[in-house]
Amino acid sequence: MIPVSTASGGFPFPILPAIVIAPAIAAVLLFFLPRGRPGLAKAVGIGASLVTLGLALAMAVRFETGQPGYQFVVSHSWIPAFGVSWKLGVDGISVFLVAVTAVLFPVAIAGPRTGEDPKGYMAWMLLLEAACLGSFLSLDLFLFFLFFELTLPPMYMLIGKWGFENRSYAAIKFFIYTFAGSALMLIAMLALVFIDARSTGVVTFDLIANTTAQHVSSGIGAVLFLGFAAAFAVKIPVFPFHTWLPDAQVEAPTGGSMVLAGVLFNLGTYGLVRFCIELFPRASVDLAPLMLTLGAVGIVYGFLVAVVQTDLKRMIAYTLVADLGVVVVGLFGLTTQGISGGVYQMVNHGVSMAAMFLLIGMVVDRLGTRQLTAMGGLQARTPILAAVFIVVTLSIVGVPGLNGFVGEFVMLLGTFLTHRWWAVAAAVGMVLSALVFLWAYQQVFHGRPTAHAAGVAVADLGWRELAAVAPLVFLIVLLGVYPRPFFERINPSATRVVAHVGQVTGQYPPAVAEGARP
Amino acid sequence: MSLDGSYYLVLAAVLFTIGGIGLLVRRNVLVMFMCIELMLNAANLTFVTFSRMLNDIGGQSLVFFVLVVAAAEVVVGLGIIVAIFRRRADATADDLNVLKG
Amino acid sequence: MIHAAPAILLLPLVGFAVLTFSGRRLGDPAAGWLATAAVAGSFVASVLVFAALVGHDSAHRSVEQVYYRWIPVGGFQVNVGVLLDPLSITMALFVTGVSTLIHLYSISYMKADPQFRKFFVYLNLFVFSMLALVLSNNFLFTFLGWEGVGTCSYLLIAFWFDRDTAASAGKKAFIVNRIGDFGFVIALFLIFSRTGTLDYRGVFSHLGGVSGGWATAVALLLLAGAVGKSAQLPLWVWLPDAMEGPTPVSALIHAATMVTAGVFLMTRASPILHLTPVSLTIIAALGAVTALVAATVACAQDDIKRVLAYSTISQLGYMFLGVGATAYGAATFHMVSHAFFKALLFLAAGSVIHALNNEQDMKRMGGLAKVLPVTAGTFAVAWLAISGIPPFCGFWSKDAILGAAYGKSPILWAIGVVTVLLTAYYMTRLMVLTFTGQARWETARPGGSPTPGHSAERPAGETQGGHGDHAGEPHEGPWIMTVPLIVLAGLSVVGGLLDLPFLNLEFLDHWLDPVVGHQTNLAYQSAGLKVGLLLATLVVALSGIALARGLWWRNWRRPELEPALLANNYYADDFYSRVFTSGGGAMSRFLAAAVDNRVIDGTVNGVAALARGGGTVLRRAQTGYVRNYALGIAAGTVVILGFMLSRAGS
Repeated sequence: MIPVSTASGGFPFPILPAIVIAPAIAAVLLFFLPRGRPGLAKAVGIGASLVTLGLALAMAVRFETGQPGYQFVVSHSWIPAFGVSWKLGVDGISVFLVAVTAVLFPVAIAGPRTGEDPKGYMAWMLLLEAACLGSFLSLDLFLFFLFFELTLPPMYMLIGKWGFENRSYAAIKFFIYTFAGSALMLIAMLALVFIDARSTGVVTFDLIANTTAQHVSSGIGAVLFLGFAAAFAVKIPVFPFHTWLPDAQVEAPTGGSMVLAGVLFNLGTYGLVRFCIELFPRASVDLAPLMLTLGAVGIVYGFLVAVVQTDLKRMIAYTLVADLGVVVVGLFGLTTQGISGGVYQMVNHGVSMAAMFLLIGMVVDRLGTRQLTAMGGLQARTPILAAVFIVVTLSIVGVPGLNGFVGEFVMLLGTFLTHRWWAVAAAVGMVLSALVFLWAYQQVFHGRPTAHAAGVAVADLGWRELAAVAPLVFLIVLLGVYPRPFFERINPSATRVVAHVGQVTGQYPPAVAEGARP
Repeated sequence: MSLDGSYYLVLAAVLFTIGGIGLLVRRNVLVMFMCIELMLNAANLTFVTFSRMLNDIGGQSLVFFVLVVAAAEVVVGLGIIVAIFRRRADATADDLNVLKG
Repeated sequence: MIHAAPAILLLPLVGFAVLTFSGRRLGDPAAGWLATAAVAGSFVASVLVFAALVGHDSAHRSVEQVYYRWIPVGGFQVNVGVLLDPLSITMALFVTGVSTLIHLYSISYMKADPQFRKFFVYLNLFVFSMLALVLSNNFLFTFLGWEGVGTCSYLLIAFWFDRDTAASAGKKAFIVNRIGDFGFVIALFLIFSRTGTLDYRGVFSHLGGVSGGWATAVALLLLAGAVGKSAQLPLWVWLPDAMEGPTPVSALIHAATMVTAGVFLMTRASPILHLTPVSLTIIAALGAVTALVAATVACAQDDIKRVLAYSTISQLGYMFLGVGATAYGAATFHMVSHAFFKALLFLAAGSVIHALNNEQDMKRMGGLAKVLPVTAGTFAVAWLAISGIPPFCGFWSKDAILGAAYGKSPILWAIGVVTVLLTAYYMTRLMVLTFTGQARWETARPGGSPTPGHSAERPAGETQGGHGDHAGEPHEGPWIMTVPLIVLAGLSVVGGLLDLPFLNLEFLDHWLDPVVGHQTNLAYQSAGLKVGLLLATLVVALSGIALARGLWWRNWRRPELEPALLANNYYADDFYSRVFTSGGGAMSRFLAAAVDNRVIDGTVNGVAALARGGGTVLRRAQTGYVRNYALGIAAGTVVILGFMLSRAGS
């Protein structure tokens, strides 16, 4: 059984709905603001995201350590005829994903320069934030689907309206591609609910009920697993479903790129744990080799394709495919270390990649181009930007002492315990990522400025930009040096997931999952 | 005296066929519109007939729905037709193929 | 004073943090002095801890201190902590000691460089990482230091980043190191999956009953990491390029400390190596071959720093040979004495380069003994030390390794002796070309203007490296540059006392015994053999010196002795660049252009095109004529009705 705690955690109001609704209300409010007051719109946008951040951090602080189950759960019946309810809850797997989402949005809203129509921009960003937070917190399949789909229109608008030159192609591709994946998930979801209902006699979309039911035969389970996995594989994106990503990432405005890299991909990897693995443990074990192979191939493939790109954003976009491939490999090791490390890496990856795209936005804004061949020599002219950039680069490359290493090492270690060779293949990524990122860094910052770059006046980071990256750099160091408080909250839930898999399949004795082989 | 229900049904079928053929062969939009009304009322007649034959009030109540829908349709449809008349002299359906794919 | 241990690690870290955040407020020379003070304090703390350890009896010279729990995930628990034992404290002593001297030297060397403060930021971070590497009580914290020194090495090689060669060299060093680290990480996975821990003590106490295959796999994977870090075959190509960094960096990181980390790791993991004789043989053979190959390449180099770089690779090969022969004490001894004389060689070379306005080509030097007496004198000490002339430290440490190698296999010993000959030859060549003969830098540099050719590639950095103040005659640097030279020269003279193979004077061996257990060594062999081996290598070394003097004295043009094969490092860089850079690049371009764009994205866009094409066909049905639609509806109704009636009828 999955323990569920409905205690309010000492908050005078239900905290989780507040976290979801706060940005949504502000988004609606923004639509009614006068168009001529961009300053006010910005203030509302930043203020609302900061309030959400405060709520999320308060929730994370009050989150009880050592509890494997869901906390702060609220549940209200919504469509009783179909067993759909408004049910929110948080456990160790989602708590830091919520927190990091809440951290990244204020940075993404306030950090980069906003283009035209700040009112609309803020409104869509806040709506996106509400949808993302709702997805992480939903404990109802239908509700999750709703929030999951609700992330698409804002992102579509952000790319399509505020993006670069080829934005409409990218926006439509992004929308249709991810939507097609979600359609498969919807079908699988309905099938699961009604198959379970046939056995239990109760139609319910409740996540916990469906997790514990496990009435699906292994063959059908595999099909349904693939249905869910399709949606998440497109969202993550897993090789070979990744081609929307470079286009979307390149065309998106800086704030959109940050959210895309820092939050939306986490939705996919989170979905893999919460839905694919928890709902279909048997299929997860059976199909783990498939997922591991896709992940491992994606790692090598993503980096190899990245290294020859000439567009800075496109280059980093391809590395996302590889980095997220590592997470997939970690998760499908199906061990405590694999899943804990995978969840930790989602948090790391969100922070580091958002910082990376924020910095790329600064570089691109300054030089007026995304072409690497037109850059160079920036380190002499903007030493602080270069210093921050190298820290973020090293974090992504996985240098110990910074955050990336901890997650990557732990999850690959976990996978190594059960699926040795895939972990070895995935570890090749540590060589290739160094190659790609140092090559990118060299082209942007080292050497002498090219004719184009020399012709542009560039300033070093201003205080506003510094204030935007500072919290992310702080997190990069904190997560690398002192991961213990985070793992103490993630571990129990990860262990619960592994135990659930072991219990249903009888295939993963906890001794191995714990990592302590005799 | 009461007529056998089948007479009404035959009448409704005849009316419906007239309406359908009229819709297919006439060019004038106004006439086509009237043909549609004819078909709707043929359907209404069938409803009422069956309602009476089966002694079920449901059919008669459904007629009211149809009437309301027909009235709404008349409002919208006539509006469109008037708008078309304003733009061009006659109202031949074959000239109005702006929705061609 | 064992409690001083945290200070060893913390002082450089604090120095790094302070310099990062308030270096600008401190100003230029002050930042350098602060960094030096931090490292010097760390050295003092190491001495205190060392003294405390000496106070323990030899069976209890191992103290573990845990500071905090770093990564706890299920059964995987890793702490940040230190293991203070003879090995780690020996490393800490010589790392902090040599670092202090080189910090001091750098204050003058880097004077007037616009990135002066940043240099010391990196340097302090490097010292912290190196200390974490050697002091750690578990494999993972060692790995943190391991990658940390690699990162600092990257940052410092690419220090003069506006030079493309420097930027590329830094990147190359990091990536080649990462290839080795890949092996290291897999080794950690294997160790954990077998023993359930990464703590050194825990791992070594769980080795009972492990399979030989496991031990061999772990040993060879760790070796891969060590080979990368210590620039052994086949991953040695990054070290010569690393000479693009400032010379103090070459002295500290790429000669004295970081590159010896591989030898340290092998020594630390000796309990695992003992389980797998085949790995020991591989290590020994690899070391011997590397020593020989690198020495041959060093014979044909013109760039003074490149000679020293290949020499470093060659000497590191000796250390691996020592490890492979289970002479850990001898390997550590050579590591320490090599740190003395090689740091001295680099610093003296830096002094020469400094004096000649960044000239690095030995063919444009000569006759410098008169103008740089201190440099020449100290250089000569180091030259004799590395060539293996008694009583200098290199003689004793090298012979300790060769004696152990003889015990393992006479073939390895023979390779080592040939390398001794080559070492004496190329070092004498360097000495002769640089300090004797006519002063070629005067003719090559009319009017004191910067020399053309080699030095033209290195404009911004070293020209600003602190000698806009003298355009004319070369002269010695200030005292903070000469004092480190003199101190290191003194250490090179007396360093041999650490571990003499006679009269039970093998202090270092006995000191390390509790850590590495049984060792083979020259000292444990019969007196006759011992003396015979010592004399043999001495004769070989002397003949190498005589040969080089005969060939190069007053005759610096001898292209026939510098074949292109050797001058170009056996074309290894060309080979690697052809296979990996060009080959890998071609594959990447193929993946990007053909697979990603055409096949994968082509499929996606193909589906979209299919939908569009279908629409183009089906749109014809939409004629726009109302009656067509009406007919369609009527026909559809008929079909459906017909279907239903036929079903009802049957």
